[in-house]
Amino acid sequence: MKKLLLAICALVPLFAFAAGPSVQLDKANNDLTDKESLKNGFKTYINYCLGCHQLQYQRYNRTFKDLGIEEADGVANYMYTGEKAGDHITNTMPNKEAAKWFGTAPPDLTLEARLRSPDWIYTYLRSFYMDSDRPFGVNNKVFKDVGMPHVLQDLQGVSSIDEQGNITPAMGGSLTTEEYDIVVRDLTNFLEYVGEPSKLEREAMGYKVLIFLFIFFIISYLLKKEYWKDVH
Amino acid sequence: MSNVPVNNGRRRFLTAATVVVGGAGVAGVAVPFIGSWNPSARAKAAGAPVEVNVGKIEPGQLIRAEWRGKPVYVVRRTEATLNGLAKFDDQLRDPNSEKAQQPSYATNAYRSIKPEFLVALGVCTHLGCAPTHHKGDFDQFVDGMSDGFFCPCHGSKFDMAGRVFQGVPAPLNLMVPEHSFTSEDTLLIGVGPDSSEGAA
Amino acid sequence: MLANFMAWIDKRLPVTDAWNKHLAQYPAPKNFNFWYFFGSLAMLVLVNQILTGVWLTMSYEPSGDGAFASVEYIMRDVDYGWLLRYMHSTGASAFFIVVYLHMMRGLMYGSYQKPRELLWIFGMLIFLVLMAEAFMGYLLPWGNMSYWGAQVIISLFGAIPVIGDDLTQWIRGDYVISGATLNRFFALHVVAMPLVLVILVFLHILALHEVGSNNPEGTDVKKPKGSVPLEEQSKFAFHKQYTDKYDIVDAIPFHPYYSVKDIMGVAGFLILFCWVMFFAPEGGGYFIEAPNFEPANGLKTPEHIVPVWYFGPFYTILRVVPDKLLGAVAMFGAIIMLFALPWFDRGTVKAMKYRCTLHTVNLIQFAISFLVLGYLGTKAATPLNNMIGTVASFGYFGFFIALWFYSKNEKTKPVPERVSH
Repeated sequence: MKKLLLAICALVPLFAFAAGPSVQLDKANNDLTDKESLKNGFKTYINYCLGCHQLQYQRYNRTFKDLGIEEADGVANYMYTGEKAGDHITNTMPNKEAAKWFGTAPPDLTLEARLRSPDWIYTYLRSFYMDSDRPFGVNNKVFKDVGMPHVLQDLQGVSSIDEQGNITPAMGGSLTTEEYDIVVRDLTNFLEYVGEPSKLEREAMGYKVLIFLFIFFIISYLLKKEYWKDVH
Repeated sequence: MSNVPVNNGRRRFLTAATVVVGGAGVAGVAVPFIGSWNPSARAKAAGAPVEVNVGKIEPGQLIRAEWRGKPVYVVRRTEATLNGLAKFDDQLRDPNSEKAQQPSYATNAYRSIKPEFLVALGVCTHLGCAPTHHKGDFDQFVDGMSDGFFCPCHGSKFDMAGRVFQGVPAPLNLMVPEHSFTSEDTLLIGVGPDSSEGAA
Repeated sequence: MLANFMAWIDKRLPVTDAWNKHLAQYPAPKNFNFWYFFGSLAMLVLVNQILTGVWLTMSYEPSGDGAFASVEYIMRDVDYGWLLRYMHSTGASAFFIVVYLHMMRGLMYGSYQKPRELLWIFGMLIFLVLMAEAFMGYLLPWGNMSYWGAQVIISLFGAIPVIGDDLTQWIRGDYVISGATLNRFFALHVVAMPLVLVILVFLHILALHEVGSNNPEGTDVKKPKGSVPLEEQSKFAFHKQYTDKYDIVDAIPFHPYYSVKDIMGVAGFLILFCWVMFFAPEGGGYFIEAPNFEPANGLKTPEHIVPVWYFGPFYTILRVVPDKLLGAVAMFGAIIMLFALPWFDRGTVKAMKYRCTLHTVNLIQFAISFLVLGYLGTKAATPLNNMIGTVASFGYFGFFIALWFYSKNEKTKPVPERVSH
């Protein structure tokens, strides 16, 4: 038993450290079980992001199902360009043209939350500031010299950056800072969902499997003990 | 085997318990392996219900739609064709559509929802060839019948309700898939009038 | 009925005899401890990898254009595809955890010493093929880390003088890693390597059952025929292949005693395995690395190219040597040293506890060096990391050198004749 513990301890350092990001990220604190939040995020995504960023591995009808949206309502309220419910969430932006407009083709965002983490997305969308040197007049503290405009500027308003590198509160948006944070949190939540649509199912199954294995372990332990009475 | 000194009740019970619980575990592990063979979301999206505008079909004309990779024949039957259907009942294998080759809502004399529109899979029930639609010259196969389907592979014959004639290799009437009308002129193949999901 | 059927079979194929020889009447020392679970666990993981691998192949598309999308297709569109994929990806890491612990067991109890040298060599060949298998499998998701990881490892062959550059181009089948590389790795990963692996595992077990299992005391449970009084011999019946030549002491039949024990081990292992697989399938970014969530891109290098954790120790050894050729030599040398272990150790006492204190110290420093090397392999090559890595590399090679010297005239403790259990 002592050796078992030692062996496990020996493995711990292998898993204990994750790569640390260079900029301090804010916690998104999003909740995948909050369907309303996911629906809001989905809506925001369709309205503000999909024009440039596809979710080319995710299907509309899967999203409707997982978010608790009736398919007919989904087709009416979330799909604008006449696709079928079973289609992937794509746009018609030609990649080559896009690269000309933005310097690089806007990446697909299906796996963005897994590539960069939800906290990164949450912080990124709240870290735009004015920078007249950039083509779209904005820069980003988390993603320096990013090639995209601040698409949510109408909602958030305009921020600038001070001498210490801190972003000043945004002014002139249609939402308050708190309201804007909620919009971004919902969007982050949606992107985490899209990154791994089976995550909730996976964890739910995990509890059942572990309970089963625990029972099996006890039975097999008793069986082993019973047989090993023969061994002296 | 004889290599176990005592084999008491407790031991037998625990062995049985381990076998049963372990067996349940193995069955559980089999679920994802078996389940993954079901049609995937991609296959289901490709096999989703198909909409057909039937408003522009001329009387007597046939159009082909594709649904789940199979041809679907949609025919607007004329009044004369519909009236003539019953005349040949005695030459058919299953004139009353007793075999389940159509959904319940199409189990009628015309094998359709609206009498004028026949919706049937263009797949011969013999070996899966596509029967050809003969318009006006079907009497070369059946005396006195002007329209019908003839399968060029092995000579099976069907009337304009997709019903098979006797004395040909095909055993069953042509399959009528689930279908419904979402508006006056819009036919939806793959979904019945009452069901929300597309089951075949 | 069943007896008749078995009799009919046995006349044509020695099924019952094989069952007895290798399971029901195989004399296994009765004092196996926790460390002896890892052999059967490695078999379990191998079966898991083969089954899930076959099933993944059914939906995976081995092409530069389709590979990445087909993995997401498996994760989203195929029923339970996500589970099969995580079983396979978590299984890959679990395989190495289990195999490294299995090898450590061999080191601690001298299971590589005479007469088990060939058994050890087969084990090392399994390890080598396993590394090739894992390396090729890692390219298949066609993520950006897959791409650049393969780029770095294949470039190693470029260190070979004269033929290096041509060789790397030949391995890739293109001027860069491309769909051609992916397709040949796919063929090797799903057909050739598993075949070799299964054959080697078979030979490994055959060799084990020929020489018999070692145990934590390093004693022999097979004594010369006639040397042990009957009442001191094991009370269990063993196969005549063993009893004809030997008197068996302190041993029990593998089945049912170790089969029930291994079932318990499997249950315990699966609890840990499923815990990771269901709740942290990315393994904290070690089992599935974050850059692999974007498709392979030959023009965009990930910030830190690091191999998967299980290559860490060898990758660090490669990296701390400031010369390309010598680095590659050191890395392959590290593996060759393991192959040659039975001849580095000139001692005759197997178990750690009866050997000199220096040996225990040496083993512990080796294990620590190995872990440190592994950890550093997944981190950026900063000057500090390289310095620590150099020290740990000396620790790694030093283990073998020191062993060769002190094992010649080692001061050992007396090894008991019998297992005191």
